[in-house]
Amino acid sequence: MKERFSFIFLTAGIGFFITGFIFQMMGPLVFLRDIPMKSIEDLVREDADAEFYQLAEDYPEEFKKAFGEPTPVAYSQALRIGRDVYIAEGCWHCHSQYVRPTANEAVRYGAVSLASEYQNELQMPQMFGTRRVGPDLIREAGVHSNDWHVAHFYDPVAIQPGSVMPSYSWFYDEKGRPNKKGLAIVSYVQWLGSWRR
Amino acid sequence: MRNHQTLVEYGIVTAHIIAGLSFLVLAITAGLLYSLQFIHTYPLSGVEFFSPGRVRMLHTNVGLYGWILNGLLAGLYWVVPRVSGYQVLSKRLSWFIFWVLQVLIAATAIGILGGYAQGIEFGETPLFVDPFIVFGLILIAVNFYSPIIKTSREGPLYVSLWYFIGALTWIIMVYMMGNYVPQFFVPGAAGAAISGNFIHDLVGLLVTPLGWGLMYFFVPTIIRKPIWSHSLSLMGFWGIAFFYPMQGMHHFMWSPVPMHVQYSAQVATIAVEVVVTSVLANFIMTLRGNGDYLRTSYPIRWFYTGMIFYWIICFQCAVQVTLTAQKIIHFTDWVVGHAHLVMFGVFSFWIMGIITEIWPKLTGREWHSQALNGWAYWLNTIGISIMFIDLVIVGIVQGFLWFSLNPFMESVRLSVPFWFVRTLSGLMIAAGILTLIFNMWMTARRKG
Repeated sequence: MKERFSFIFLTAGIGFFITGFIFQMMGPLVFLRDIPMKSIEDLVREDADAEFYQLAEDYPEEFKKAFGEPTPVAYSQALRIGRDVYIAEGCWHCHSQYVRPTANEAVRYGAVSLASEYQNELQMPQMFGTRRVGPDLIREAGVHSNDWHVAHFYDPVAIQPGSVMPSYSWFYDEKGRPNKKGLAIVSYVQWLGSWRR
Repeated sequence: MRNHQTLVEYGIVTAHIIAGLSFLVLAITAGLLYSLQFIHTYPLSGVEFFSPGRVRMLHTNVGLYGWILNGLLAGLYWVVPRVSGYQVLSKRLSWFIFWVLQVLIAATAIGILGGYAQGIEFGETPLFVDPFIVFGLILIAVNFYSPIIKTSREGPLYVSLWYFIGALTWIIMVYMMGNYVPQFFVPGAAGAAISGNFIHDLVGLLVTPLGWGLMYFFVPTIIRKPIWSHSLSLMGFWGIAFFYPMQGMHHFMWSPVPMHVQYSAQVATIAVEVVVTSVLANFIMTLRGNGDYLRTSYPIRWFYTGMIFYWIICFQCAVQVTLTAQKIIHFTDWVVGHAHLVMFGVFSFWIMGIITEIWPKLTGREWHSQALNGWAYWLNTIGISIMFIDLVIVGIVQGFLWFSLNPFMESVRLSVPFWFVRTLSGLMIAAGILTLIFNMWMTARRKG
């Protein structure tokens, strides 16, 4: 009886998987359910003095071409594109996005991460990451200037000797100034942790 | 009627092996290429299509879905009809699944390089590929359920088939859960719990049960002796089936995911080590008195080396999952070494052992050279051992450098020599694989 198809299929195949699903996956969901879910528009509203608006003054022509006027609507668009670039380029495989309450990480990176910081549209799918070839990025907002990021994405080794980060020259137009992708990824990275400045 | 020659479709087994090895070559090329970025010698720098970040995702996805899944399916097409005594549901369906799978993996590779990767680890398969993969997995399950159900009507099932029923059922749910739930329904910390489970379930609920199921067939048939203990087989299967779905969260220890979920994942992970030890004991005792097979039979050598590696990684897992060890080794290359030993040192070794066993039967020819089989074995074994030890050590170095608040760049500079060794060990593995492929080619060309 125990070694028949139906028993194994129903008990091990379906039953045990659902048990695991309830304990390991529904558990966190239930415990975090009261944290309000934020849309990108909510996030943009909370970050009124974002580096994004500064970009409009730093790169006026390119900015106008990519996003038009520096409005909250343009900012939410930039964040969305920036997050997609962050995923497509695999940034999240070398940079994590959470500060642990251990290993002196609060000293190195800043405040320890809370679950509420991740209850938003830009963390869907979540970008926690599992490896740090480069440093954690969740407290990155304002740590470096826009110019630093623009130069760094173009040639990381020139800015940070010994770095193993690749160059992302396709974030730039033929004049070497950031294009839409470049402006978006800088906006996204400068957004990470802006709520804890 | 129950003649093995008519039960097993040799063509589909051969096709899966060849496709798998082709994707293995691609995955290893991608891995080697990516490793060059870490020693400042990336040859395709500035080419968007071959950006290291994308090549990394190509390496993992093609390695898992292209090589390991193809290899395990070849094993299933060989084993399930023999154990059950019935053909798979339909030969045409088998070939249809074969081509769907290859097209999907090619689409995944192109999609990832083209910048359409999905932001879920080991689920980077682009969103437009995912529904077809689910469809393919359902077809695979149906194809193999058919002979298993037929033979189940006649009596108890052999242990291999328990594992296959479990894996084929789980993977459909695992794949849908991992690719859709964190993408569309659950954000942040709760999403991380699901992603962690997805990463782990791919190993624990797809590759592991299929791999062990195949071992339970091949080891007794090669050494012509039954498995040592039926009770231990039962314990191994039900233990793995119960504890594996409960532990995936250990990929995000110390994260904002609620602590009790982290603790429970920890306990389940340590429990699996106990279960795995029982499975290992069963296989070691099966070999007792026949240890000479390790010397004379290359398949047995591949299998048992893989099993020892499996025990090592499970033991490592039981240690590294503790919150104490996590302080240091999380986010470091320690985990990368662990992952390589699992995916290559265990499951790829088993598949290569299976290939070594069945390739002469598929082609109807003796091996071109047993010496080359030995070379393939030793190059791979030494290569993966060096890679594993090297990455584990550099992981500890990185962890303590971060812990002691050195500038971040210090950890990168000190890692470069280790990363150089990693590339060399990768070259050794590549040489081992090419040796095996060359030997297979020469065998197939021999005059029967």
